[in-house]
Amino acid sequence: MNAPRPRPTSRNLLALAVMSTLGGALVAGCGVTTYEIPIETPIRPKLDVTPFQRVLIAGFVAGGTDDVDTNQETVRLLRSQLRSKSSLRIIDADALPLMSIAQDQQKGGAESAVEQGSRDGPSTGIDKPMSLPGQIREEKDLEPYERLFANTAYWKRIGEEYQNPLIVTGTVLFAPHSRAGFVSRDVEQYDSFGRRRVVPVRSYLERKGFVLRPKFVFIDGRTGATMHSESYREEVLYSVQQNTPALSSYFELMDRLVPNFLSALSSQKVRGTRVLLM
Amino acid sequence: MLLRLTMVVALLSSSLATPTWADGNREAAKNEAQFGIDVARRGLWREAIYRWERAVELDPTYAAALNNLGVAYEHEGELEKARGAYEKALAIEPDNAQIRQNYDLFKEVNERAAPKTDKP
Repeated sequence: MNAPRPRPTSRNLLALAVMSTLGGALVAGCGVTTYEIPIETPIRPKLDVTPFQRVLIAGFVAGGTDDVDTNQETVRLLRSQLRSKSSLRIIDADALPLMSIAQDQQKGGAESAVEQGSRDGPSTGIDKPMSLPGQIREEKDLEPYERLFANTAYWKRIGEEYQNPLIVTGTVLFAPHSRAGFVSRDVEQYDSFGRRRVVPVRSYLERKGFVLRPKFVFIDGRTGATMHSESYREEVLYSVQQNTPALSSYFELMDRLVPNFLSALSSQKVRGTRVLLM
Repeated sequence: MLLRLTMVVALLSSSLATPTWADGNREAAKNEAQFGIDVARRGLWREAIYRWERAVELDPTYAAALNNLGVAYEHEGELEKARGAYEKALAIEPDNAQIRQNYDLFKEVNERAAPKTDKP
């Protein structure tokens, strides 16, 4: 026999109504459904390279450390990346010794300026170009070499020599770098009861590593004119005790930059996940 | 007295549940948004965009649909449109952590598409 169903009292009704109201508000407030979804974002190349079938990685004005031949390594790395990730054909040619070319050009320019000066009268020295440092040690040493990339006649001649390719050149500084200061790191601690906890501890650290500052210049081999240029800066620091070879640091830093370099010439797909909401 | 209070609470409750004109639009927009999610999960992103655009037409304050539109535009490489959709969604719900996270990830990709460029 069924027990008699209790008659709802007004107190019960009130409780029910309050619960229903609160429940509704809770669903309205927290009832967001989310869906994680993978996406692939296509990135169009920054440069229109359709007029070119071939690319010449000409060489770089490079320096910073003697442990790595930054010019040769950069040329080699960019060529191998473009071979696998671009539709452009790569021209295999020796990397141009751009530093000595720039110095020759300056010498030639100075001689013609002297000739011009002897015709026009005494020189004021105002137009005297910045002297080119024989060795690149820091960023300011690269600055005087910048005018090499603006020499359209020179690049047009290089373009003609290689049947009008897209030319990639620029500057690369790969230099030792150190930094000292307070860094925060998590340290495990155990209290008297043996309970583990992680505490942030600030400590003074001396770290050393490398800084990489490439500037890529893209030149139209048909005209010798600069189409586009972009600069990057990456650094890596290790503890003073760690002895990391310069070449592996160079590749570690270039690894971070290569996708950006490639995205100038070829379309890329960036994979990621996003959240869809309801 | 208690009975009267019960009736007031019940009325309040039913008024929350009764769809108004705006709620009706949100309901319709939600249907479109849900359909958009279903097709996006099957890879039909153009159809998803159509559905989420419809959802936003029906209810321009529907931040979730705007967020989804941002994701879909990103997937299609329409980065300017994606930015617009995310920014509108965040203007409506500035404290929504998921929209903010999507937007931050989008900005990373967008910066990669157009990094610091020197003047030639």
